Amino acid sequence: MAGVRERALAWLYHRPTAKVWSLLSPGILWLLLFFLVPLLIMFAYSLMPRGTYGGVEAGFTLEHYRRFFEKIYLAILSRTFFVSLLCTTICLLLGYPVAYVIARSGKWKSLLMFLVVLPFWTSFLVRTFAMIFLMRDTGLINSVLLKLGLISHPIAILYTPFAVMTGLVYGFLPFMILPIYASLEKLDLSLLEAAEVLGARPVARFWRVTLPLSLPGLVAGCLLVFIPALGSFLTSDLLGGAKEMMIGNLVQNQFASARNWPFGSAASFIVMALVLLAVVTYLRVKDRAADGGR
Amino acid sequence: MNSSDQPVVQFINVSKSFGDAKAVNNISFEIRTGEFFSILGPSGCGKTTTLRLLAGFEQPDEDGGEVRLLGEVVNRKRPYERRLSMVFQNYALFPHLSVERNVAFGLEQRKTPKKEIGNRVRGALDLVRLAPDTFARRMPAQLSGGQRQRVALARALVLEPSILLLDEPLGAIDLKLRKEMQLELKSLNQRLGITFVYVTHDQEEALTMSDRIAVMDNARIAQLGSPAEIYENPRTAFVAKFIGESNFFRGKAVRQVDGAWEVERSGLERFRVPSHAKIVAGQEVQIAVRPEWLDLLRAGTRPAGENVLDCEVQNVIYLGETIHVLVRVAGGDEVTVAVRNEGQLLKPLPWRRGDAGVVAWLPEDCQVLEDT
Repeated sequence: MAGVRERALAWLYHRPTAKVWSLLSPGILWLLLFFLVPLLIMFAYSLMPRGTYGGVEAGFTLEHYRRFFEKIYLAILSRTFFVSLLCTTICLLLGYPVAYVIARSGKWKSLLMFLVVLPFWTSFLVRTFAMIFLMRDTGLINSVLLKLGLISHPIAILYTPFAVMTGLVYGFLPFMILPIYASLEKLDLSLLEAAEVLGARPVARFWRVTLPLSLPGLVAGCLLVFIPALGSFLTSDLLGGAKEMMIGNLVQNQFASARNWPFGSAASFIVMALVLLAVVTYLRVKDRAADGGR
Repeated sequence: MNSSDQPVVQFINVSKSFGDAKAVNNISFEIRTGEFFSILGPSGCGKTTTLRLLAGFEQPDEDGGEVRLLGEVVNRKRPYERRLSMVFQNYALFPHLSVERNVAFGLEQRKTPKKEIGNRVRGALDLVRLAPDTFARRMPAQLSGGQRQRVALARALVLEPSILLLDEPLGAIDLKLRKEMQLELKSLNQRLGITFVYVTHDQEEALTMSDRIAVMDNARIAQLGSPAEIYENPRTAFVAKFIGESNFFRGKAVRQVDGAWEVERSGLERFRVPSHAKIVAGQEVQIAVRPEWLDLLRAGTRPAGENVLDCEVQNVIYLGETIHVLVRVAGGDEVTVAVRNEGQLLKPLPWRRGDAGVVAWLPEDCQVLEDT
């Protein structure tokens, strides 16, 4: 037995390529099987006619892609982009200062970071339901305001765009804070001191040194919020009362209630292509900005 | 312009604590215009805190004295209000900016006209001997340690400061380059007339470059003076030990003879030390003698007018330029004698382990220490 093991290790030792592949193959197999294969199946579906009772029939058609460019769907698409962009912006504005403070908080760092990721201990679904209890007409916010006499009848919070945005921001904020924190935390403090000696006041120091050096974390945070926000459907479903449909809801509906799998697949692929395009453009612009140094 | 007698930097009874620990304890000194002033000491002695107090990163304690720059009290002034320049230990170059934009940073913050910036950046790079055409557009990550060092220097000098602070700037580069940079820094100091305040733990570096050195120990200044004063007349055992090597002898002052004190090593022989204001009869006295001021002679020799101790050779250590002979004197003390190397292949030293000999030195070469 030992002889076999040793010979196998010796064989690997002399073949660096084989060693790399032996480390990579489990992960690659997993992704091939559960990501790439379903993706290919979906792509095939998106090009086939719809089956009468769900599923698809044999054949080839571009009808589903054409249909997506009807006005009603484009409206959903642009609203989804707008909502995701707004959500990303709010997360950035809320998250950056938090990450900044935590990165500078010395021995409290680990505790504060622990608190940031604490919500992940419960499922997103449960937390979203909790927000319903907070925001509904008989919920905590309205009853407190009523008790205080600040309002005479409940204000509508739940099932408004505001509720959806609140839920999205709440859900994705940690994804913004974590990467920004990581890049601020490893920022060399002597660079800030150097900037100060060179005459930079705090505001100039932030724009010229701190922000550019935390840009990788900022970009990562924006992508980590923007992309899942684009595909989200749970929040708008539960907190928006399905009034505010997002692309995620559309796709989900096509697969579930509407039983139009090919159209759902086509919509998914279009969104995927758009996200890819947006991300690539973003990274290109960022790299060019970094190269220019200004 | 003020008269040049005005010190550029004054520390007046300055103290700085971190929690209960005093990092700087009631220190006072002045730095003169154009001087190369070094703050020397082991790690944790307070030298970096002193520099940071000067730069404005730290502020003295409440009623912790005064820091003055060009006569003005700056205790509560932020670094960007102090208009001095600094070279950091790890250079602290902005990794996201090219060489020229690093050097231009300070000028831009001080609202220098765009046209002027380009010229001054080139001038500063020339000054530190980095060809602007080759280096201006490089990123810090593409530079060697020595080149980064020069960029950091250019970034500080381009502002034409009256004071340049340097925090162990040569710590991270190799010995040969370090020697070269030491001479270059010294010559920049002399050519530009800028006051240099240099923090280091390397005594040799401080001796090489400084006009004056403040030796710090345990949050206080142990001694302040020229390199020669510090080396040849250390006031405390700490200074004698930290700068160069020293042999220590202690004994009791017995009597005064022709302007010298006779000191008796406990129950052993007597030796003479120069008259010293602080010595009184019966007092415990500690002296230090540099290894190169000791002579090692054949057993039985008694040179007139010199202090002599019988000894036995313990070890001979070859150092290149000098040879250290470690001997044990009566009473058990180890003493190091430095002998000039005149070529061991042609004229080998006659000393071997176990040889008997005599250690001799002139009374005036004794440094009487203030602590015992």
